[in-house]
Amino acid sequence: MSDNDNANGNGANGSVPAPRQDAGEVIGVRRGMFGADKGGDTSGYGGLVRTVRLPGASNRPYGSYFDEVADELEGALEEQGLPPGDAIEKTVVDRDEMTFHIAREHLLQVARTMRDDPALRFELCTGVSGVHFPGDKGRELHAVYHLRSITHNRVIRLEVSAPDSDPHVPSVVEVYPTNDWHERETYDFFGLIFDGHPALTRIMMPDDWQGFPQRKDYPLGGIPVEYKGAQIPAPDQRRSYS
Amino acid sequence: MSTPTSAHAPAGIRETTEGTVYDVTGGDWDEVAAAAARSDDERIIVNMGPQHPSTHGVLRLILEIDGETVTEARCGIGYLHTGIEKNLEYRTWTQGTTFVTRMDYLTPFYNETAYCMAVEKLLGIEDDIPDRANVIRVLLMELNRLSSHLVAIATGGMELGATTVMIFGFRDREHVLDLYELITGLRMNHAYIRPGGLSQDLPPGTVDALREFLKKMKKNLPEYDALCTGNPVFKARLKDIGYLDLAGCMALGATGPILRSAGLPHDLRKAQPYCGYETYDFEVPTVDTCDSYGRFLLRLEEMRQSLRIIEQCIDRLEPGPVMVGDKKIAWPAQLALGPDGLGNSLDHIRNIMGTSMEALIHHFKLVTEGFRVPPGQTYAAVESPKGELGVHAVSDGGTRPYRVHFRDPSFTNLEAMAAMCEGGQIADVIVAVASIDPVMGGVDR
Repeated sequence: MSDNDNANGNGANGSVPAPRQDAGEVIGVRRGMFGADKGGDTSGYGGLVRTVRLPGASNRPYGSYFDEVADELEGALEEQGLPPGDAIEKTVVDRDEMTFHIAREHLLQVARTMRDDPALRFELCTGVSGVHFPGDKGRELHAVYHLRSITHNRVIRLEVSAPDSDPHVPSVVEVYPTNDWHERETYDFFGLIFDGHPALTRIMMPDDWQGFPQRKDYPLGGIPVEYKGAQIPAPDQRRSYS
Repeated sequence: MSTPTSAHAPAGIRETTEGTVYDVTGGDWDEVAAAAARSDDERIIVNMGPQHPSTHGVLRLILEIDGETVTEARCGIGYLHTGIEKNLEYRTWTQGTTFVTRMDYLTPFYNETAYCMAVEKLLGIEDDIPDRANVIRVLLMELNRLSSHLVAIATGGMELGATTVMIFGFRDREHVLDLYELITGLRMNHAYIRPGGLSQDLPPGTVDALREFLKKMKKNLPEYDALCTGNPVFKARLKDIGYLDLAGCMALGATGPILRSAGLPHDLRKAQPYCGYETYDFEVPTVDTCDSYGRFLLRLEEMRQSLRIIEQCIDRLEPGPVMVGDKKIAWPAQLALGPDGLGNSLDHIRNIMGTSMEALIHHFKLVTEGFRVPPGQTYAAVESPKGELGVHAVSDGGTRPYRVHFRDPSFTNLEAMAAMCEGGQIADVIVAVASIDPVMGGVDR
C-alpha cells in the first residue's frame, strides 16, 4: 500500500514543483457529472461538487526569462514612484507562460513601461481577449493582453479584471494603437468599456444590437433539428458534461 | 413694404412691368447658399462594398474622396461574423477544429494547428505529439502557405485587370487543393488536424503526388516572375503604393509580409519555433520597400521557401503513429474506406461491438463527452501566410472550451488600411487592400 500512496503524491523522485502561494482564483463550482442535473442520474456521481480554480500565484524563482522580466518591471515601476505591489496584484507562471495580474487603474502605466523600457521592450501587442467568469464575484470580466517582444523574443500576458457592475478598463490604444479594433471587439462581445478609447463602437455586431453575445449569460440560441427521425436539441440545450 | 420691421428677413421683391414678383432670393438665405457654394462640391463619400468584387469578400470601405484623392478611409467589417468563438463553447475540444478551420477559410491548416497547439499546451502533451504528425502538420501548413499566397497574387492581379495572373494563380492553387483532397478528403473545411495529432494518416500515393506537385510548381512559379516582376505596368501600379514603414507596422501590430516588407525579418517559425520548424532549412525573405510591390516579391519568395520545406518534409516522413499514445485523448477510431464511403474503420466497430465491452464504453465516453482539460489559460501562435495567428484558450477543467479567442492576422492587418490609403488615389486603394490580403472569414470570425 505504501507504494501506492507514493504514486499518488507529487512524484517519488523529488521532482516536486515549488508550492504556489495561494490556492488560485475560484471561478465557479460545478455540480454532478454526466450532465444529468434534472434527476434520473443513478450513477451516484450526481452529488459531486467540484470547485474550479485557475492556477494561483507563483513564488520565485519563476524560471526561464520570467524572473528577469518581473525584476525589470518591478524596478521600472518603482523608479516611476509606483510601488509594484499596488500595480501587480499577483504573478502567475503556468504552462511555461507568465501572467501579470494588473490593477486596472495602473494598466496604462504598466503597458507604457512594458513598451518603453529598453530591457522590457514589448513592442507588439497582439490585442485583447475578453473572458467572462460569472462565478468570480467582483472580478467577472477579464481582459487579457498578450505582449510580444521582438527585440528580446519573449511573450508575456497582462490580465486585468473588472466587476460586472462597473465594467470599465482603461484603454491602451494610446500606447498600442493596434488595440483600437481589438478593444472595440471586446466591447462588442463582452460589454467591457475601455475608457479613453477614441471611438468605442460595435465592430462585429450591428450598431443597434442589444446585449453582449459572448458573455456567459447570453444564450447561444439555435433550434432543434430533425435527423433520421430523431430530434436533436439545439447545441446549448444538449447535455453538458462539465 | 419697403421698411421691414418683422424679425424675418424680407423675401426678394422686384417690381416689373408685369407687376410685383416675389421670389425666394435675398435675406439670410444668401449667406446659406454662399456657404453651401463655398464647400467643395468635389467631396464625396463613397461606399466601396460590401458587395464589390475588388474588396476581397464582404469588406466595406468607406472612402471620403476629393476628386480622385482619398482624404479619409475607414473599414466597415462584421458582415461575415459567424460567432465561431461563441459556438466553440458549446462543443467538445475535439469538435472545435471543425469550427476553427472555417475561420480564415484560405488558411484552414493554420487555424487548426494553432488551435490544437493551444489545446495540447493546456493538456501538457505538446512534447508527446508524434514526429510524423508534426512533419505532416508542417507539410500541410507549407502547402497552405502556397495556396494562400497564390490566391493573394491571383486576386490581386485580377483587381488590377491582369486576368492572366488570376488564371495562373487559381490554376496552381487547384494543384494544391487536389493534394488537400487526396490527404484530407476535402478541398476546404478539413478538420484534419486534431488535438493530439491528426485525424488519420496520409493515404497511399501521397508522396508520389507530392513529388509530382513539386515538379509542376518548380516549372510554374517562375511564370509569375516572368509575368509580373519586371512588367512595367505591374510595377507602375504597385510600387510605392500601400506604403507602411516599420514604425507604422509596429504601432498598428501588422505582421507577416507587411512587417517583412518594412525590412524586419520577424517570422515566428524562426523566432518561436513550433512543430519542429527549428530543424528545417529555410530563409525568411525581407525587402525594405514598405510597399505593395515588395509584398508581392515577398510572397513569391516565401512560396519558393515553402517548396524547400515541403521537399524536406517528404524526406522526413518516417512510418509511425500520427496521434498521441494517450488513449484518454486520442480519438478511438481511425477512418477507413468502407463499402459506403469513408467512415469509422469496420475493424474498430467489430472490436468494440463484438469483443470488448470496455472499448465500447471508452469509445462512447470519448466521442460523446470528450476529454477534460485542466483549468488554466494559454496562448499559442503560428506564422500564418498573413502574419501572427494567435489563439488564446481558457479551460475551466471541463470537456468544452471555456473561451477561445483567435487573434487573426487579417483582422489586425486590415487596421492598417487607412494608414496605407489616405492621401492616395482611389484606384490605389484596391492595390493596397490586395497587398494586405485580408480574408473576411478570418477578420469577422
